[in-house]
Amino acid sequence: MTEATLDERLTGRSLPRRLLSRPELGSVVGAVAVFLFFSLAADAFLQPSSLGTVLYASSTIGIMAVPVALLMIGGEFDLSAGVMVTTSALCSSMFSYQMTANVWVGVGVSLLVTLAVGFFNGFVLTRTRLPSFIITLGTFLMLTGLNLGCTKLISGTVATKSISDMQGFDSARAVFASHLTIGSVDLQVTILWWLGLVAVATWVLLRTRAGNWVFAVGGSADAARAVGVPVARTKIGLYTAVALCAWISGQHLLLSFDVVQSGEGVGNELLYIIAAVIGGCLMTGGYGSAIGAAVGAFIFGMTSKGIVYAQWNPDWFKFFLGAMLLLATLLNHWVRKRAEAAT
Amino acid sequence: MTAPLVELTDVSKFYGNIKALEGVSLEVRGGEITCVLGDNGAGKSTLIKIVAGLHQHDGGSYRVEGEEVRHNSPREALDRGIATVYQDLAVVPLMPVWRNFFLGSEPRRGRGPFKRLDVRTMRETTRAELLRMGIDLRDVDQPIGTLSGGERQCVAIARAVYFGAKVLVLDEPTAALGVKQSGVVLKYVAAARDAGLGVVLITHNPHHAYLVGDRFVLLKRGAMAGSHTRSQITLDELTRQMAGGSELEQLSHELSRPGVAADGLGPRNA
Repeated sequence: MTEATLDERLTGRSLPRRLLSRPELGSVVGAVAVFLFFSLAADAFLQPSSLGTVLYASSTIGIMAVPVALLMIGGEFDLSAGVMVTTSALCSSMFSYQMTANVWVGVGVSLLVTLAVGFFNGFVLTRTRLPSFIITLGTFLMLTGLNLGCTKLISGTVATKSISDMQGFDSARAVFASHLTIGSVDLQVTILWWLGLVAVATWVLLRTRAGNWVFAVGGSADAARAVGVPVARTKIGLYTAVALCAWISGQHLLLSFDVVQSGEGVGNELLYIIAAVIGGCLMTGGYGSAIGAAVGAFIFGMTSKGIVYAQWNPDWFKFFLGAMLLLATLLNHWVRKRAEAAT
Repeated sequence: MTAPLVELTDVSKFYGNIKALEGVSLEVRGGEITCVLGDNGAGKSTLIKIVAGLHQHDGGSYRVEGEEVRHNSPREALDRGIATVYQDLAVVPLMPVWRNFFLGSEPRRGRGPFKRLDVRTMRETTRAELLRMGIDLRDVDQPIGTLSGGERQCVAIARAVYFGAKVLVLDEPTAALGVKQSGVVLKYVAAARDAGLGVVLITHNPHHAYLVGDRFVLLKRGAMAGSHTRSQITLDELTRQMAGGSELEQLSHELSRPGVAADGLGPRNA
């Protein structure tokens, strides 16, 4: 009796239900809606040149949204991610300028410093077991202060000196801030970085042991620890990944503008988190995807530029973003309820 | 006679100045089930955590196959063949069944930076191993949180058996289950025993314990209140000791209704 009735209750999952259980679903539906909306509202939105602009805006957020999404799947936040980008840019700029070194040397030093900040976040978190919200809020404030303080101390102003005439600048710019024109579409190299990162992150998340561990430490750290997953190492690794991407993002910031304003980056950490949440990451961890976060960043890009093309007051942008966030979270909540529903 | 797979002798554990466990001894042999019985707060969880490697003992000795050990992490205990299935910590609910099955010991293929999960083997092995335990999952991709409590326990047990555990430590596997589901789980516990594993079954249900157990260790307030082999004790005696023996008589006295219990009948306000 048991076998037969069990089988009847276990109905196969149809294609729509499979799709429904994907974390990206909400963001893809949202992206299509936003795209259609601005296609109708703004004539300039569908022009090929706009595509480049939208993708560029998406990529600047997207490069950071990917590791932030991974970190959220791993059950933690990083509020210092926004200013860490600025720290990274300031670091390479000032090191190269003050030491009159090749720009690449500054870029390398910046990599080490940024990774150290990420490691610090992860190390303190795993040692103290305090909420990541508090720890990274602390790092956020400290970095904000350090950015302003050190820049004023060294440069005398709130911005760094231009490094555009220094050795290695052109080759560094080619890697981090070049652009490519195809027809009338101007594509920034950050788009490549972004797509590459999404691909690597998705592969790591779904097809490697490390990815399995990320889901596990976010879903239930105690269960993961009990079966032998190195929880601390996984979390520290995630914070280091955020730092690595902050470095990429920071080098782009520096090399596309020559100078860096030391007060930049504050508030961006929330944009990364918003992109990840719209993309289906749960605030509580254990669920989400890198592709979702990329779509979330794309929604961000479309909305921020679409409002300009529609010639509206940009003040409305934040309203749209907020509404999108609420809708996405409601949808994700509903999806998780279904996924967790025990018989 | 060979040394027991796991042998604890006079083990004690202190949390600060609180005595969590004192002078507890226990042995587990291959093909046998040792039941640890005790009420809430008797020290069952502390004992299980020491065996599993989550905590270290402060006194006494802990031997695995005759060799004195001190596990610093669950990983070390696992490497010695001691697998623990926790009541609620066994799995990550949002992850698919096959990912849970291999969590922490994922098989990989490829080399260098391209080392990746052997997804096909993982899926097929999970399905086959569960089928062997009588769980026929159409979809090993469903989140493990959607399985019933008994099925989840069985997945955890199947996982431990598959990974070559010599000793299986089960923390209250039947506590949250109905009668029928408990029966299913106990059947797999017995199956693991028949496969030659040593089993430590932690429970506060003497009926479940007596169904499968070979040895019984009773804990009370962190100390050992009794240790018996199956031939030395009856179910009634086990239940009585477990329920507190003299304490139960006292309780029954306190709860007895004056007038009714005393003479059996008669009006209360006579």
